[in-house]
Amino acid sequence: MKIAILVLDGPYNHEASDTAYNFTKAAIEKGHEIEGVFFYNDGVINAAKLMEPPSDDRNIAKRWSELGGSGVKLTVCIAAAKRRGINDDVVIDNAKIAGLGQLVEMAVAADRLITFGD
Amino acid sequence: MEEDEDMIQKKMMFVMRKAPHGSIYPYEGLEVVLITAAYDQDISMLFIDDGVYSLKNEQNTEGIGIKGFMKTYFALEDYEVEKLYVDNQSLKDRGLSKKDLIDVNLQYFNRDEIKKLMDEQEILFPF
Repeated sequence: MKIAILVLDGPYNHEASDTAYNFTKAAIEKGHEIEGVFFYNDGVINAAKLMEPPSDDRNIAKRWSELGGSGVKLTVCIAAAKRRGINDDVVIDNAKIAGLGQLVEMAVAADRLITFGD
Repeated sequence: MEEDEDMIQKKMMFVMRKAPHGSIYPYEGLEVVLITAAYDQDISMLFIDDGVYSLKNEQNTEGIGIKGFMKTYFALEDYEVEKLYVDNQSLKDRGLSKKDLIDVNLQYFNRDEIKKLMDEQEILFPF
């Protein structure tokens, strides 16, 4: 199945981003295809590369970046990112800042859109 | 707008569940609706739970210093977003009635009808 992932919640405050990440990994392991991961609302903060959590905890931004490096398309909404101080200077490697149209295209192309958030 | 003529059309519903100014969901959700409208998709919006407050008439955000975006609801028709559904039960639970809502073309449904409408969708966007 082709799955699109929408992440609406930021890192750490809630578990939504962790669940989205774990779901995406598990789906790939089960042989599903990930159409893409789109970050919207506070979800864009997941892609802020300046985050530096304590070393004994997970680094959510780094984890997403690595997933992007393995071939999963990561898109950060430009309008939501601008509002929250995320631009090309601070966005993680392997993620792209782009317009909301990408979300529409991703959702339509996938068999399922799954949303993680509040 | 980067409209793709080869794009297939899907039935998608934007589920507006939150009060208008306590979080950014209704506002940024509306942004997605407006962009999606450019893609020739079969769009509907459902106002349910605290989401019905978004349609409350005579809102004024001046006192809380937040940008009011209620005018956008009047523009939806120009974007050909014409299926605006309201959950009767959510209105009732909050002591609201049709006369408390803004003057746009709204369709009112009971829960069993809402369930049917949601079941028909291929994509649900919860905001």
